Amino acid sequence: MINIFQNYGADLLLGLGNTLLCSVIALFFSLIIGSMFAIFETTPIKALRIIARIYIEVFRNIPLLVITMFFYVVIPLMVAKIDGFTAGTIGLTIYTSAFIAETVRSGINSVESGQMEGARANGMTFWQAMRYIILPQAFRYVIPPLGNQFINLVKNSSVLAFVAGFDLMYQGNVIASNSLQTINTYMAVGVLYLVITMPLSYYMRHLEKKLA
Amino acid sequence: MLNDFINAYSLMNLRYLLAGLGITIFVSIISIIGSYIIGAILGIIRYVKIKYLSAVVGFVIDLIRNLPLLLIIFFIYFGLPSIGLKPSSIWATIIAMIVFESAMLAEIVRSGIQAVDWGQMEGARANGLTYTQALWHIILPQAMKKMIPAIVSQFISLIKDTSLATIIVLPDVMHNTQIVYGQNTNYIIPMFLMLAIMYFVVCYALSLVSRYLEKRMA
Repeated sequence: MINIFQNYGADLLLGLGNTLLCSVIALFFSLIIGSMFAIFETTPIKALRIIARIYIEVFRNIPLLVITMFFYVVIPLMVAKIDGFTAGTIGLTIYTSAFIAETVRSGINSVESGQMEGARANGMTFWQAMRYIILPQAFRYVIPPLGNQFINLVKNSSVLAFVAGFDLMYQGNVIASNSLQTINTYMAVGVLYLVITMPLSYYMRHLEKKLA
Repeated sequence: MLNDFINAYSLMNLRYLLAGLGITIFVSIISIIGSYIIGAILGIIRYVKIKYLSAVVGFVIDLIRNLPLLLIIFFIYFGLPSIGLKPSSIWATIIAMIVFESAMLAEIVRSGIQAVDWGQMEGARANGLTYTQALWHIILPQAMKKMIPAIVSQFISLIKDTSLATIIVLPDVMHNTQIVYGQNTNYIIPMFLMLAIMYFVVCYALSLVSRYLEKRMA
């Protein structure tokens, strides 16, 4: 395993960088999209609630690989040529945003309903109350589950290997077939994944205990 | 466009897709049964704190939980032949799924047991039950109720994750779809639509079952 790091260290680090980059981009956009649909679900407007419900249910019940392959295969055919990294990141964003929407929605619901009533009674509009009263309190509840979503995101980003996204898993496959040291290579890849996910998951467990 | 749909959904293609769905469901069911049993045992071991054993089990569970499933599939598929076993892609997938999912379930079971009020254990012990009896008759039944939603959503992600095994040529519905649209680029969109519908129907049905159970148990 050590000699894999020595001989292919640069390739592995490039993969690690791409994995992190795609995870961070996907987290950023799925937080925005997910929060948007979570707010839609809690609005008094029925049409928005239905749209949000459909979005969440559809993308939670379809495999990430199907969504990613769809973007990798169909978008170049119909719209524009995009590379594997972009297709993979879009797929990850859409998939994760459905889960984040569920998480944020349960966070919003766990804020006492009196808070919304109080804000409305004091003359705020629904959106103002959401923005200044409900969301700041909701996000405190959802930080640990969002952290777990980020860990899942890092692990799920391995689907980029299917679409030539040059992530850690893809680089691992290339190195494995070049060096013929399959098990050693995958062990090295595993160590690099653990370097990101292990500290995060211990920190999240600590945070959960602290906030509980 | 409409013609593409009609041609793509020929009886032969649909039957081929359904055969793939059969493999997906077969692999999922065996993996669900296996990982449920092993996950429950590991979760209980982690909860009851047997000296050394619980710590080692806990560490291994944390390792597996923090690795991508795809990597575990590769480990099993390429690693088992080096110890003399050569599983087919179906069994390699099932083993990889059980390894990964039982680690995930162990964590759900452990936190489910921990969520049961400690007074229940004290009460049971005070009434003369042994620790094992109290765990089996008092704690576990209550913990199971709390765990149902988390366990079912884990099973849903198991079904979705079997699609990853196309990389080791598991002939599942994802793999068969790719074969069909590989023959004709006009079939790509109809085939993806059908694939999404098939996964959606299976997974959504399961999530409805979970919601029903949750309501009945509460």
